[in-house]
Amino acid sequence: MNKFWIVLSHTYLSKLKSKSFIITTVIMMALVLILSNMTNILKTFGSDDREQVAIIDQTGEHLFDGYKAEVAVVNDEITIIASQDEENAEKKVIDEEISGYLLLEKDVDNGLKGTYKANQISDSMISDDLFLALSQLKSKRTASELSLTDQQIVQLNTPPAYETIALAENAKSEEDLNQARGLVYVLLFVIYFGVLMYATMIAMEVATEKTSRVMEILISSVSPITQMFAKILGVALLSLTQMILFFGVGYVSIKRNLTDMNEGFFAIFGFGNTNISTIIYAIIFAMLGYLLYATLAACLGSVVSKIEDVQQMISPMTMLVVIAFLIAMFGLGNPSASYITITSFIPFFSPMIMFLRVGMLNVPFWEIAISIGLLIATIILLGIVGARIYRGGVLMYGSSKSLKSIKNALQLSKKN
Amino acid sequence: MALQIKGVTKKFGEFTAVNNLNFTIPEKEMFGFLGGNGAGKTTTFRMILGLLDPTEGEIVWNGKKIDYASSSLIGYLPEERGLYPKLKVRDQIVYLARLRGMNKGKALKELEYWLDRFKVPEYIDKRVEELSKGNQQKIQLIASMIHKPELLILDEPFSGLDPVNVEMLKEAVIDLRDSGTTIVFSSHRMEHVEEMCEHLCIMHKGSPVVEGKLKEIKRSFGKKNVSIRADFDLSFLDAYPGVTKVKTTMEGKILQVTGEDVAADIIRDLVPRGFVRKFELEEPSLTDIFIEKVGAAYE
Ligand SMILES: Nc1ncnc2c1ncn2[C@@H]1O[C@H](COP(=O)(O)OP(=O)(O)OP(=O)(O)O)[C@@H](O)[C@H]1O
Ligand SMILES: [Mg+2]
Repeated sequence: MNKFWIVLSHTYLSKLKSKSFIITTVIMMALVLILSNMTNILKTFGSDDREQVAIIDQTGEHLFDGYKAEVAVVNDEITIIASQDEENAEKKVIDEEISGYLLLEKDVDNGLKGTYKANQISDSMISDDLFLALSQLKSKRTASELSLTDQQIVQLNTPPAYETIALAENAKSEEDLNQARGLVYVLLFVIYFGVLMYATMIAMEVATEKTSRVMEILISSVSPITQMFAKILGVALLSLTQMILFFGVGYVSIKRNLTDMNEGFFAIFGFGNTNISTIIYAIIFAMLGYLLYATLAACLGSVVSKIEDVQQMISPMTMLVVIAFLIAMFGLGNPSASYITITSFIPFFSPMIMFLRVGMLNVPFWEIAISIGLLIATIILLGIVGARIYRGGVLMYGSSKSLKSIKNALQLSKKN
Repeated sequence: MALQIKGVTKKFGEFTAVNNLNFTIPEKEMFGFLGGNGAGKTTTFRMILGLLDPTEGEIVWNGKKIDYASSSLIGYLPEERGLYPKLKVRDQIVYLARLRGMNKGKALKELEYWLDRFKVPEYIDKRVEELSKGNQQKIQLIASMIHKPELLILDEPFSGLDPVNVEMLKEAVIDLRDSGTTIVFSSHRMEHVEEMCEHLCIMHKGSPVVEGKLKEIKRSFGKKNVSIRADFDLSFLDAYPGVTKVKTTMEGKILQVTGEDVAADIIRDLVPRGFVRKFELEEPSLTDIFIEKVGAAYE
C-alpha cells in the first residue's frame, strides 16, 4: 500500500509541476473567467450608451410623463425624450443619435395607437418593451375612464394561474426540464472532455514510461496492478485539482455578477437555481466514467512501443467516448426515448447517458443502482484483465496493431 | 540459502527460449551468465525477477519465490537502459529508491556518495536526457544498487562504456559483492566473467552448455594452451599428435593441446632442435571454452 502512495504522489506531483499542465490550467482558467463574465463583456462591447427613444405625443392628452414612467418600469435602460415634429426625430434616427421614435396617436375608437420607427426593427427588445409599456398605459387609461378602484385594477391585471404538469410519473415538469437541460448539457460536456482528456493523459503517461524503458525497472519493484491504479488515481487527483480551480474561479466570478447572472446569459443554462443532486450525480458518473476509460487507456498505452502510436491505439476508445457523447446529445431533446433507456445500462455509455436520464427525468433509484453496479463490475473486470495486459504489454516491443498486440500481451503474462 | 533455478523452461508459443535450466547460485558471490545473442539470458533474468512466469519449473531465493514483497531486497539493471528523460537525476533516483523501500533522506545521501565516487557530482541537478549514454548508464547502475540489495541482477552492465568507466563500475560492483550482495550478471565479455566470477553458466539457444565453478570448468575442459617461441622452424608442430588447434603468431605459435602429457612430449621434441626462448603451459581461457562449446553446438 505504501508503494501505491509513492507512485500516486509521484504521478500527481510531477504532473502538477510540469509546464504543460500549468499552461493549460492558466489558459482554461482565463477561459472560464471570460465565459463567466460574458454578460458584462457583451455589455461593454455592445451598446455603450443607453438607448434613446423619442416620443411624439399627438394624442393631445399629455401622456408623455405617464408613458415615461411606464417605460422606466419595464426597462430602465431606455431613455425617453420628448419630441415635437416627426421630421426632426426621423433625422435623428437616421443620424443614429437616437435608436428610434414612437408616434403616439388616438385611433378611431378613441383608443391608443403607437407606431415605432427605427432604422432596423430586428432589434425587437426595445420595440417589445415599448409595446409592453404602452399596454400598461392603456390599461390604466381605460381603468380610469371606467373609474375603477385600484383594487379592481390589480384584479384586472393579475394573470390567471397557469401550470403545466406532466402525467407520466418519471417526467419532470416542463419548467424543470428546461432548466435541467441547460445544466445537464454543460455537465455532459465537462464529463466528455474530462474523460477524454485525462484518459488520454494516462495512456500517454504509460506509453512514455514504456518507450523510455524505465518501465522494466518500475515493474520489477512495484506490481503492475498497484502501478496502474496508483497512476489512474494520481491523474484523477490532478483532474480534481484542475476542476476545483476552474469551478472556484467560475464560482467567485459568477458570484460577483450574480445580479446580472439571474436574468442574463446564465439563466438559460439553469444555473439560477442549481440542482444539487444533478451535480452530485455528475461527479459520481464522471469519476466512474473516468475510471473505466482510464483503465482501458492504461492497457492500450502499455502495448504501444512508440509514443507516436498512442493516438492510433486509443482511437477505438476515443470513438466510444464520442459515440456516448453523441447519443447523449441526441437524447437531450428526448430523454425518455427507448434507445436512451437501453444505452444507459451499457457500461461504456452509461456514465454519460445514465447521467443524462438522472438529470432530466425522475429515474427510479434501482435503475440507477443497476447501471452504477454494472459500471463498477466492468471497471473491476477491466482492472483485472487490464493488469495482465499491462504486465505483458510493458515487456513487449514489437509493432503495435491494436487487437493483436493485446492478445500478445495477455499471452506474455501467462505461463503458456 | 541461495538462488535456486529448478528445471526452468520458458516457451513463447511454440518457441523455447529457455530449456530446462538447472543450477544454484551461491550466496554472496558473483555469478556470470554467458551466451550468444538470443541465448535466453534476459529471459532467464526476467523469470528470476518474476516479470515472466516460467512455463515449467520454479526459481526460489532463500527458499521463497521472489515477489513484490521482497522487492526492497532485489536490484535490477535491465538490458534496455532507460530512465525518465525529463526528470532530474535527483528526483529520478529518489523516486526509484523509494519504490525499493528507502526513505528520501537516506536515498539522497547514498546518491551523493555514488555520484562522487563515479566522479560526476554535478549531474544531480541535470535532466537525464542531457547526459551521454554511458553516463546515463552510471545513473542507472546507481538506481539498481542504491538500496544495497541482497540480490542484484545486472543485464550486460558494462556494455557501451569506455575502459576507465568499465573499471570504475567493476570496482563498485566488486565492493558490493564484498559487502555481501549476491550478484548475477550477463556479459558478452569473457574476461569480465573470468576476472570476477567464481561460478558461471554458458547458455546456447536456451540450454546451458557449460555450468559450474570456473576453475573446475577449466580443469575438466582438459585442453591446455602451449605458447612457444624458438629460433627454428616450428611447422612440424602443426600436425603433431594431441594438438587440436594451432595459431601462428609473429614470434611463434600458440597450440591447444589435449593435455599436459602432450605438452611434455612437445618440449622433449623441441629441445634437441635448437634454442627455445619461451615455453609456457597455460590454462585455457574462457574464450577458448566458449568457442569450443558454443561453436560445437552450432555445428
Ligand atoms: N516476448 C517474447 N516473445 C517471443 N519471443 C521472445 C520474447 N522475448 C524473447 N524472445 C525470444 O527468446 C530468445 C531469448 O531471448 P533473450 O532476450 O533472453 O536473449 P539474450 O540471451 O538476452 O540475448 P542478447 O544477448 O541478445 O541480449 C530470443 O530468441 C528471443 O527472440
Ligand atoms: Mg539479453
